[in-house]
This record gives sequence, C-alpha cells and structure tokens, in this order.
Amino acid sequence: MCLGIPGQIIKITDPERQLATVEVSGVKREINIACVVDPEQPIEHCIGYWVLVHVGFAMSRIDEEEAAKTLAILKELGEVQEVLHEMQESNKSLSQ
Amino acid sequence: MKYVDEFRNGQQAQEIAKKIAQLVEELGIDKKKPLQFMEVCGGHTHSIFRYGLAQFLPDEIEFIHGPGCPVCVLPMGVIDDCIAIAEKPNVIFTTFGDAMRVPGSQKSLLQAKAEGCDIRMVYSPLDALTLAKKNPDKEVVFFGLGFETTMPSTALTVQQAAKEQVNNFSLFCNHITIIPTIKAMLDSPDMRLDGFLGPGHVSMIIGTRPYEFIARDYQRPLVNAGFEPLDILQSVYMLVKQLVDKRCEVENQYKRLVPKEGNRAALQAIADVYELREFFEWRGLGSIDHSGVRIQPKYKQYDAELKFDLPKQKIADPDAAQCGEVVTGVIKPEQCKLFGKSCTPETPIGALMVSTEGACAAHYHYGRVEIPLANLGK
Ligand code: SF4
Repeated sequence: MCLGIPGQIIKITDPERQLATVEVSGVKREINIACVVDPEQPIEHCIGYWVLVHVGFAMSRIDEEEAAKTLAILKELGEVQEVLHEMQESNKSLSQ
Repeated sequence: MKYVDEFRNGQQAQEIAKKIAQLVEELGIDKKKPLQFMEVCGGHTHSIFRYGLAQFLPDEIEFIHGPGCPVCVLPMGVIDDCIAIAEKPNVIFTTFGDAMRVPGSQKSLLQAKAEGCDIRMVYSPLDALTLAKKNPDKEVVFFGLGFETTMPSTALTVQQAAKEQVNNFSLFCNHITIIPTIKAMLDSPDMRLDGFLGPGHVSMIIGTRPYEFIARDYQRPLVNAGFEPLDILQSVYMLVKQLVDKRCEVENQYKRLVPKEGNRAALQAIADVYELREFFEWRGLGSIDHSGVRIQPKYKQYDAELKFDLPKQKIADPDAAQCGEVVTGVIKPEQCKLFGKSCTPETPIGALMVSTEGACAAHYHYGRVEIPLANLGK
C-alpha cells in the first residue's frame, strides 16, 4: 500500500481533473497527477515524465534511470506483480 | 534473484559495511549495549529483512523496527467500526488489500466479506469514488489509512467528490501523522534510541524540516533514507558518522526523491481536508496526542464517522500479545510468547503479523533464513 512504483505519463486524459494515462510496467492505467504538475506550465508538459505512483496518484518525479533501476528491483522481489494484481482486483471490484 | 545475489556479494555493500565497522570501533561501543537505530517506516523493515541487512552490520548496531506500518498499528476497535459500517444495508465498503486480514475483536474484514458483506478491495481511493458514481443508489465508503504518504491521495479524492458532488461517497479517515508519533517514541521512558532512519516516502511529502526538532531538542540524528539495500546501509553509515563527529543533524540520503520543502500540492490538499485529532489510539502503543487526523467540518458530508453510527469501542489487545513491546523495541519479535505458535501470518493475532511490512511477519518470512555471506572482512 505504501509502496511506490515507477511509471511513465503517456497521455493527459482529463486536464480539468488532472488525470493522465500512466504506463506501469506495460500496464496502462488512469492516474491522478495533481502533485507533479508544474503550475507554471500547461499540463501537457508532463507527458513523458517518469513518476513514482502511490495508490493511483503520481507523488513525485523521478529520472528515467532511477525508474528503470527501481522497477528492476521491485520486479525481482515480486512487488511489481503484486501492485499490478491489486490494479486488476480493483478493476474487478468496479465491474461487479 | 539476480539483484539480491548481486547485492549480497557486491563490492559496494561490503565496502560500506567495512566503513561502518571501522566507525563503530572508533566509538568503542559495548556489544552488550549496542547502538539502536529505529527505522520508522515499514518499507525499511521489509528491505532490512528481505536483504538480511543486519548481517552486514557489526553486532554493535541494532535495528529497532518502528511503528511505521500503518496496518500494523490499527487498533481492533477500528476494524470493528469498519465492519459495523460494512454490515449496514446498502453499503459498499472499500479498502486497500492490506487491511483485509487485520483481526478485529470478532473477525477481520475478509471474514465479514465471506459472511456476505459487500466489501471490496480497491487499488486507489479514486476507484472507490468511481464506484460511488457507478452505484448512485448505494453508499460507498473508503477506509483511509496510512501516514502522509497516502494522506494526499484521500484528501484529493475528497476534494474531487466535493467538486463533483458525489454525495454517496464518504471516507472513514484513520490516517496517522508521523511527527507526533516520533515525538511519543522519544518521550517514552522505555526507549533508548541512538538515531533514526527517516521514512523516505513520508518525507517526499512533508520534506525534511519537520524533523529538525529531533536533532535540536532531543539530540538524536536522523537520516532520511531510500528503500534500496544500499540506501539503507549508506544511511546507517551517515548516522554512525554523525555520532563519531558528535553531530546531531537531519541529513538526507534520499535527495533524489526528497525535496527539502516536500510536495506543495500534496501538503495543500492535506491542509485543506484534514485537521488534527486531539489524540489517536494505536494498537500496541496506546493513545498518542495529535497523532491522527480527521476530516474538516467543511467536508463533513464526506465523513463516514458522521454519516454512520459507529460503536467506537476501545478494545484491548489480547493479554499474551506483546505487540507494543515489539514496536517500541523492548523485545524482538521472536521473543513474543505467541510468535510462530498461535500467532503466524496465516492466523495473525497481532497486526504486526499481517503485512510483510510488519516486524513479526517480516521476521517470520525472512528472519530465520540463513544467508551465506561473502567474507565481509569484519
Ligand atoms: S507475534 Fe503476534 S502477538 Fe506477538 S508481537 Fe508479533 S504480532 Fe503481536
């Protein structure tokens, strides 16, 4: 739950609600990016950012190299899979 | 386990370990009274066990696994309150998966679900809000827990619910806040800590300033630490170095993620939605002043505590459970009378046995594995 997982912002889906599609280890999911938006820049500026995602919110920017390294470790520990599983379960909860 | 192996045999880890050992020797620590460093965050507890980090450190250094695993410190009464909400007609109760197996006084959320309550695991509070929009004839409640790392996510969700006027959504707010908790640890007469590994992801939100009182008023060093094994070893090195230099400072090993000022947008959302409670009850630790937050009156229609009638009972932990002593470092997990006997990850009695970030579960899973180590040149 407190685990952050790196992902890349690939598309802004709802500028008003500050939602974007973020790709986390091959899986795309809608994420709130309010905490990483630069108020001086248009929101589209965030496309391409690597971010640390906590429970559906991008909480901080990270550099690409750091993201790759963190992902590799988390994958090896089985923790990426766990988060992806949680996302899947959540989709099931929504479609019940 | 490529990375784990690489790490265990890696040059870098061994070099840091060697340097730590040298510093400890300079300090002339008595093995019987080792230095005690508390890692406040459950993520660190997890890494420490996962990588067998204690084995890289001289006997004169001991990790005290602090209270930073939010599900581990949830009192039983709160779980009972969750179940009371979930049992009401027309309610969909949503929560993070971690909270499902925490025992309440009668049952866990998982058991309540099996008995027919509509309890659903969600990945994000935003999913709970979506569920509310999809089910306008139901009351959807999200169980919010965690320190400042998860607090912005629920705060932003409540703001969003208010903006869109999703009035069948509410939050059962059980968030806790880190600073008063550390202060309570420092004030506790049982504790004799020599320094802290600061919780990296909480600090990413709150920045490093709020910790300064620890160095200033309590003369203890704190190093904000990342979660990779080398991060942790490096942070331990920085702590010992401060002791050798007779310094007491807040240092930041995790600069790549923790800005001094924290995250402005997140802090604004927290300040807008929450206010401090007078006190909050912790499992194993009792009541700690100002250690929890509740929803501000302006968002009262999204506050599950006001929307539903809750039993709000204080339920004591089972007598034999020694979770409080484990969390404060007075005893080690395996010294609890129930450890590995009646209390196991499959049948947890205390919450420390539930999440792998809890000291007892981490110890149960990884603590007893012998890990062959290359010669560290100790
Ligand atoms: S073994 Fe169980 S009862 Fe004992 S301290 Fe750990 S979680 Fe608590």
